Amino acid sequence: MAGTSELDVGYVARLARINLTEDEKNAFQKQLDDVLKYVEKLRQADVSHVEAAAHALPIFNVFREDAASEWFTAEEALSNAPRKANDLFIVPKVVE
Amino acid sequence: MTHKDLPALSIADLQSFLRRREVSAREVIDALRARIEAVDGELGAYLSLDMDAAAREAEKANVDLPLGGVPLAIKDIVNVMGQPCTCGSKILERYRAPYDATVIQKLRAAGAIPFGKTNLDEFAMGSSTENSAMKLTRNPWDFARVPGGSSGGSAAAVAADAAFGALGSDTGGSIRQPAALSGVVGFKPTYGRVSRFGLVAFASSLDQIGPLTKTVRDAAVIMNAIAGHDPQDSTSLNEMVPDFAAKLGNDLRGVRLGLPKEYMIEGIDPRVKAAIDVALKQMSSLGAEIIEVSLPHTDYAVAVYYILATAEASANLARFDGVRYGYRAENPSDMLELYGRTREEGFGPEVKRRVILGTYVLSSGYYDAYYLRAQKVRELIRQDFAKAFEKVDALISPTSPVPAFKLGERTADPLKMYLADIFTIAANLAGICGISVPCGFAEANGHRLPIGLQLLGKPLDEARILQIAQAYEQNTDWHKARPPVASATHKA
Repeated sequence: MAGTSELDVGYVARLARINLTEDEKNAFQKQLDDVLKYVEKLRQADVSHVEAAAHALPIFNVFREDAASEWFTAEEALSNAPRKANDLFIVPKVVE
Repeated sequence: MTHKDLPALSIADLQSFLRRREVSAREVIDALRARIEAVDGELGAYLSLDMDAAAREAEKANVDLPLGGVPLAIKDIVNVMGQPCTCGSKILERYRAPYDATVIQKLRAAGAIPFGKTNLDEFAMGSSTENSAMKLTRNPWDFARVPGGSSGGSAAAVAADAAFGALGSDTGGSIRQPAALSGVVGFKPTYGRVSRFGLVAFASSLDQIGPLTKTVRDAAVIMNAIAGHDPQDSTSLNEMVPDFAAKLGNDLRGVRLGLPKEYMIEGIDPRVKAAIDVALKQMSSLGAEIIEVSLPHTDYAVAVYYILATAEASANLARFDGVRYGYRAENPSDMLELYGRTREEGFGPEVKRRVILGTYVLSSGYYDAYYLRAQKVRELIRQDFAKAFEKVDALISPTSPVPAFKLGERTADPLKMYLADIFTIAANLAGICGISVPCGFAEANGHRLPIGLQLLGKPLDEARILQIAQAYEQNTDWHKARPPVASATHKA
């Protein structure tokens, strides 16, 4: 599935662990091609003397005491689990 | 004043009645419940209500606390213990919050009663609230139009007198834009001013919680309650919090307001431009000096935003894997199918699009061209603002280039929807604070559509823009106008 950009929606959706129908794939390819075409304007910006900003404000290395504190009990942590038993989350079998 | 009219009050006016013991907090809850029952069937602002718990809390309310006995609506992306927190997504449809967000703890400590959760675009991704998987929210001024988004439920509830005030979240304009389109006040604090702990993360370097209210004073009072350092949020700023309500005033003598020349773009609705021109004259007559300034990298803001916000979203939304909470696809054969189908069935189209785009811009071979470059342009945008603020106290612009658009008008074209945020997005990239206040109406087919004026301030300079916004508000009558849905029911 080739669009006007290098984005291959089917491939990236697999990376993102989202299954898509063929209709969704086709629609998203076109819509995201448009978005990627729009963001191409960033190539015109002169960024040769600029440091990348992960955050707007200079906050670095926020530490706290490495001390235990009260938090969820196992019961609370499991309160929204789709499947659970014996204080554990149940998932499909991972190893044969 | 009959009890039926209580919901029309501002928070400040409600508090006068409460503190004079002319009305009880319990009676306020009952009046609000009746009001919501009367209007919300059509309006669609609320996703869930917990009025019985609110009534119990009201019985023991201490009305002398800063927000004692004041019911507040909460955007359904902030965790309120025991209440749902759907984020407007099927994937969290049955989730119940097991804890209170820091802002909710702080509101409770100030005496407020969080009684209901408001509709939003799924995970706050959108500008019209149409991306909610739960329901449609309508604009109180014209039911054929959107309330704006993503905090559209909060904006519509406040505008329709179905809430005294509300919390929203603003990642690219999601408080200010719906406030403008629905005709209320919307305030985005400086990044880091309000804790994000308990706010379900969309784009962590941009998200910020703030109030939507009927007046600027009410926004300041809520800010007093929710601002401040929180050890639970490593990006929260450890800075002194002023009394935002104490600094409010009435004149603008000596205030320098910057008009960014790049914001005078084609595509601004002429009715919006006319309203802003009138507002500028009013600001001048109140003593403000209007100075043209330049933000040369403005044209890049939307592009930078849709790279960085989607990149951060793709990482943040990885937690929705069907394992620990939320929806899980039925009978998956293995883990990969569990993830793939849970996210296929649980996420709506806009969330899928953004997670895919975000995954792509972070992927090997594209990271430098998209993500890293966007981070650098973000720094240029931040520097634009820093330079402008050397000359002026605040920047002034429309909040949205257009008034409320029609339901369905922009849903087919995501890029067109993204451009609705063109004036609000840069503030999130730069981490600065901003407010939208009502400044007029556009007439359309017999409906009046609200127009919003945006003021942007320096980092941590919230008190100043609240002061400017309040001086403008108190010298105009726009905030007193009520939508048809409000006045019709009050008369009945």
